[in-house]
Amino acid sequence: MPRIFTYIQHRGGVVDDSAAELLTAAKKIDPNTVPTAILTGCVVDLEVACSAVRSLYSEIWRVSHEALIYPNAEVVRHALSAILPRNSILLVPHDHFGIDLSPGLSVKLDSAFVPDVLAIDRMEGESISLVRQEFGGQVSVHVRCDVSTGAVINIRPGAFKADQSTATSGVIVDKSSEVGVLTARRRYVETIVAEAGDVDITKHNVLVSIGRGIQEKDNVAIAEELASVLGAAVSCSRPVVDAKWMEKSRQVGSSGKTVKPKVYLACGISGAFQHLAGLKGNPFVIAINKNPKAPIFQVADVGIVDDVLEFLPELTQKVRESRGIAA
Amino acid sequence: MDILVCVRRVPDTSENEIKLNAEGNDIERDELVYSVNEPDNYAVEEALQIRDRVGGTVTVVTVGGEEDEEVLRRELAMGANQAALISDDAFSASDGRGIATILKSFVQKGHYDLILTGVQADDGASQIGGMLAAMLDYPFASLVNSITVEGGKLRISREVEGGNREINEIELPCVLSIQTGINEPRYVGMRGIRQVASVPIPTLRTTDIGVDHSAVGERAAKVKRIDYFVPTLGNAAEMLKGSREENAERVLELIGAKGGLK
Repeated sequence: MPRIFTYIQHRGGVVDDSAAELLTAAKKIDPNTVPTAILTGCVVDLEVACSAVRSLYSEIWRVSHEALIYPNAEVVRHALSAILPRNSILLVPHDHFGIDLSPGLSVKLDSAFVPDVLAIDRMEGESISLVRQEFGGQVSVHVRCDVSTGAVINIRPGAFKADQSTATSGVIVDKSSEVGVLTARRRYVETIVAEAGDVDITKHNVLVSIGRGIQEKDNVAIAEELASVLGAAVSCSRPVVDAKWMEKSRQVGSSGKTVKPKVYLACGISGAFQHLAGLKGNPFVIAINKNPKAPIFQVADVGIVDDVLEFLPELTQKVRESRGIAA
Repeated sequence: MDILVCVRRVPDTSENEIKLNAEGNDIERDELVYSVNEPDNYAVEEALQIRDRVGGTVTVVTVGGEEDEEVLRRELAMGANQAALISDDAFSASDGRGIATILKSFVQKGHYDLILTGVQADDGASQIGGMLAAMLDYPFASLVNSITVEGGKLRISREVEGGNREINEIELPCVLSIQTGINEPRYVGMRGIRQVASVPIPTLRTTDIGVDHSAVGERAAKVKRIDYFVPTLGNAAEMLKGSREENAERVLELIGAKGGLK
């Protein structure tokens, strides 16, 4: 059985939620595994983060280097390919960092790569059966991965429950001297924080959220009208921002805002996982979509197969009638 | 600057309801509307804008079959200087690593300062660009949402969590995966496509690009699809089957019941 490692992200000494999720994923591959956590970084933050994962992992590899102070995937890839034993399995969160790091790392390690994994069956012989999604989450697929020369597996954040067991006494092993010279032809400069925007969608109880189904910019007014009679705000999914129909500050999702409304009206939104990742606090989700196969219907509480351009004006009318507002 | 953009022709998920075939080993592909993978189209537009600012050429390439020529022609109509179709039976059932290996061989036959891919295609994998960069030993950045040419380097921004932008400097030659929304891709009409109808698009076989057969195709693939199935993520929604008016009525009640009406 190959050794299993997890790459743990941390910032300011705070360990990412994925640390416990990757542990669950590792145990799906092999229930008897004792995976090793790898943390890279520098100085105090790294020490604090390593100590924090001692309650989850019984072995922790610490890689401290000033070139690793910011998690630049180009530098981290060098460090990991230097220290990982051949033929091992590495689990990484499938987020903006994992997308940056893992495909190239798998080439450097001459290992298989499986991106964005939602579920894992047990390992049999030298292969693992895993579940992915394709076509915007409309269909799932079982893939079989040959791990005879190792594998890098990117795990979708939130797809695995956090491991609740506690190891409590993890041993920290320093691997800093094994990474050699760390240089990269990509240099991190700075992070520019997203602008606040005119409306703060994180503060609303009800969001009328629009997706590609709104079809054109002029139709945004249909959603604005409903939001106005409801006292709600209009938010959106990525395609609406890409098309420049709404500001980036209105986007819900992993690359947009995280919102916690009581009621979320998903209007013409397909329901890609990056979008759903921005929806927290278990809101009541009402989905309206023309496509009965839209993934949003798998996670919504109530669904309606209809054209939002027809349905929203009808709903606006009902709200007006109930509140005695003249049209 | 000589720029290569790797593109793919995919079923348009916004236009199609994706269903499984009877055997469950693929999706039902008859009657699907195909188009260029959306992030790839942004990548081509970005390449054209860079070329128009600093000079150079834009080449588009795809690994696929004859039917994929239509997306190359579309990108020529957008303004790409040349296109190439890499097609060979030996490539079928390649995994991501196999596709990246084929592209690596193609890249090494030419000279490119910058290689762009879309951030992901219909399989949602986000893997080809990073693999290609590692094979070529070029620097790589994913999820790029702005590019500025500064001398022999690029200043790029990556889209990270919460809509924040991570600014990086990256040396050339390099590989970047392009995020949607980076620009506004120009419109291509039927007329534009007709104008490039006679532009030759070479079809390249394994021997033309010198790819190692043992590194591509089904036998080399370490990752293989077994079967497709319809996902069940949550407890599927209660579907409202009334008239539009009844449904609207019910939604209003629900919003009130869930504390959404002030």
